[in-house]
Amino acid sequence: MKKILFPILTLSAIILLSVSGCKPKNASNATEGDAASRVYVPPGKYDEFYNFVSGGFSGQISVYGIPSGRLFRIIPVFSKDPESGWGYTEETKPMLNTSRGEVPWDDQHHVELSQTNGEVDGRWLFANGNNTPRIARIDLKTFRTAEIIEIPNSSGNHSSPFITENTEYVVAGTRFSVPMDNQPQDVPIDTYKKNFKGTVSFLSVDPQSGTMKLAFQLLLPGVDFDLSHAGKGPSNGWFFFSCYNSEQAHTLLEVNASQRDKDFIMAVNWKKAEEYIKQGKGKIQNVKYAHNLYNDSTHTATSTIETKTLVLDARDFPDIVYLIPCPKSPHGCDVDPTGEYIVGSGKLAALIPVFSFAKLQKAIADKAFDGTYAGLPVLKYDAVLHGEVKKPGLGPLHTEFDGRGNAYTTMFISSEIVKWRLSDLKVIDRHPTYYSPGHLMIPGGDSRKPFGKYLIAYNKITKDRYLPTGPELCQAAQLFDISGDKMKLLSDYPSIGEPHYAQAIPASIISKNSQKIFDIQKNQNPYVTLGEKKSKVVRTGNRVDVYMTMIRSHFSPDNIEGIKVGDEVYFHLTNLEQDWDVPHGFAVRDAPTSELLVMPGETQTLKWVPDQVQIVPFYCTDFCSALHQEMQGYIRVSPKGSNVPISFSLGNNSDAPGEAAIEDSIKTE
Amino acid sequence: MKKIFSIALLLISTVILSCNSGDETTKETTNSTDATAAAGGQENVKDDVSEKDVVKVAMSSPDHTTLVAALKHAGLVSSLSNAGPFTVFAPTNEAFKKLPAGTVEDLMKDANKEKLVDVLQYHVFVSALQPDYFKDGQTLNMVNGDDLKVSVSNGNVTLNDKAHIIKSIPASNGIIYVIDEVLLPSPK
Repeated sequence: MKKILFPILTLSAIILLSVSGCKPKNASNATEGDAASRVYVPPGKYDEFYNFVSGGFSGQISVYGIPSGRLFRIIPVFSKDPESGWGYTEETKPMLNTSRGEVPWDDQHHVELSQTNGEVDGRWLFANGNNTPRIARIDLKTFRTAEIIEIPNSSGNHSSPFITENTEYVVAGTRFSVPMDNQPQDVPIDTYKKNFKGTVSFLSVDPQSGTMKLAFQLLLPGVDFDLSHAGKGPSNGWFFFSCYNSEQAHTLLEVNASQRDKDFIMAVNWKKAEEYIKQGKGKIQNVKYAHNLYNDSTHTATSTIETKTLVLDARDFPDIVYLIPCPKSPHGCDVDPTGEYIVGSGKLAALIPVFSFAKLQKAIADKAFDGTYAGLPVLKYDAVLHGEVKKPGLGPLHTEFDGRGNAYTTMFISSEIVKWRLSDLKVIDRHPTYYSPGHLMIPGGDSRKPFGKYLIAYNKITKDRYLPTGPELCQAAQLFDISGDKMKLLSDYPSIGEPHYAQAIPASIISKNSQKIFDIQKNQNPYVTLGEKKSKVVRTGNRVDVYMTMIRSHFSPDNIEGIKVGDEVYFHLTNLEQDWDVPHGFAVRDAPTSELLVMPGETQTLKWVPDQVQIVPFYCTDFCSALHQEMQGYIRVSPKGSNVPISFSLGNNSDAPGEAAIEDSIKTE
Repeated sequence: MKKIFSIALLLISTVILSCNSGDETTKETTNSTDATAAAGGQENVKDDVSEKDVVKVAMSSPDHTTLVAALKHAGLVSSLSNAGPFTVFAPTNEAFKKLPAGTVEDLMKDANKEKLVDVLQYHVFVSALQPDYFKDGQTLNMVNGDDLKVSVSNGNVTLNDKAHIIKSIPASNGIIYVIDEVLLPSPK
């Protein structure tokens, strides 16, 4: 029997081996036909990349896995988030503070991962607030917003938050030029050319803590700064900003800001600016801006109003700023991985100009100037030009790189992605998108080391791409495989808010550092309750502090009496769990704020002012255990002036409720 | 032993079956992806409720069959069905007839596609220019990269000293100006 069995099993083994014949032989001959398997990440397996996507008018950032397109998380940044209590809790409220008080929303356009030696390092993610000029820093250990800094002398913080190759600086440029903060504000709008100025701000980043500091601001002519990118490698030390509206129009920009043949890419020698600052140059200006920091030990944010900024008027320092003519309202301003090529994408241009950093240096040395613009030197276009990509498509917007000498540009009007070579500027592939892409993204695609395997286009219009959801439709991400000669569309999936720019990074760089719990022994929150026995309710005048704990599956205390209408009640909830993925929620009936969602080892505080006599239930909102539905409690709210004393308890149940209690309640009726 | 043999057979057939079904899945996916890739752009969106875009407006005009045929041949239908906003100067069939004999036929040859695209893109401006935005002496930088000269006299708009605006038709993604001459870009 063994003799027969052996050949049969051998035959089976041969056939089993031949199964590999079902799969494509290698990636290069794979057709779009295997798209499903290319994006399929089996249950329990991980995606290859984290993808951080700006949320546009949602004000938040979403985190996806690539290639699956699975949404992991939405990180609250600039917008209040009742789901997590972000901006509602006493601890997080200061994060949304500005020099004008709380601004609970923003328009979040661009994100940028921190870099070391020009490579993404997975420490922090920077995000701009476009409407109220702010920059946020997200800590990628906790996936939480750790810092938000407001930018003075700015409006419409669009060309932000791009960084230098060692994260020395993060920049912020004005989209809207406006009168500077220390100048008269009540001026006629048609005095734009005289009174309106632009700025670009350089914020230094502490290499250890990541804390940002407004280092200096360059005072510039009143134009619209759009996007920017730092030089790298040989061009490290320089920063490039696209600008449009060099016409200085202040009305109907749709027509009036496209009069000139060329606007500019502004080249800034920031190392030179540093030298001048060391020499004591520049002027200190009085301004007001908020600097908000979240502390993971106290689990509390602080907001400080800063009052000084250092301003360098670019006209006074002729070797800091040079203007490179760039056709037709440039949007994208992208530097290739070698640091040699700067790509300007004029959204109304019929070509894509590519500038050379080496030629820029030579043009400056040769004084190849073509006059000045608002007191700043303008270089000769041809002297700086590497070449033009001819007839790339319509409406070039934004370019990223694969690290193999190729560039990929989104074309908004012709709704496609165009792949072209940096060496000879020839278009070598194009692929339609559905529909009308804004930014695109390659993991590490704006760094010195792109991971040129995938490309994602962020499309503004979806119309018939998904099942309809009434007049308001999602926007979309579209995933391409770019590992071969031809781009291959793999999948598309909806996105949150309006995705503008995005970044992605190999998952392993971040996942190994991801924090699981907060160590409760290190909890420095002034209202922490370290153990159920320490839970208490303390009245001080009309302020009541409730020191409450949460653990599977009860609150301590869970019966509270002596609260009166009009009291200012602060619920300080400490989650005593020290176990991964066991947050507890806390919701108070009719509280006009939000819930609390408290992570293991964390303390968060909800303020509540009861406005009527009532028994008020509270409960845990996050399904925490088999007895989650038992995790609840009551607060007795008595009238103002009542003499019910403060009392609190856990587990002191009344005797023999049963029928007597039911009869009582019937009698009362 | 019979039992073992049938187990082996079952194993073998399972392998073959799963291989086949794998192929089928691949085939299906290929089809759906191909269908998507071939779908073109927003011109194929089924929507009878929204206002017509510039292409659909042109398509519904009996006076613009030459222009529409040229747009289709040049592959510009998708772009002009997108968000825009566009100003399209739309020469009538009569305007095309004013060109020297054989010009249109020549432009419609595959070998001259680039030239046709250039001519058609010279009729499109990005931004929806309302009639009162036209100013005497204005130049408009058209989609092909060339400038167009605008003259306004007594409220009448002339383009490149030759073409006249006959009427304007608003569209969902821009505005169409019907003109009586074909605009010709500078020779390249």
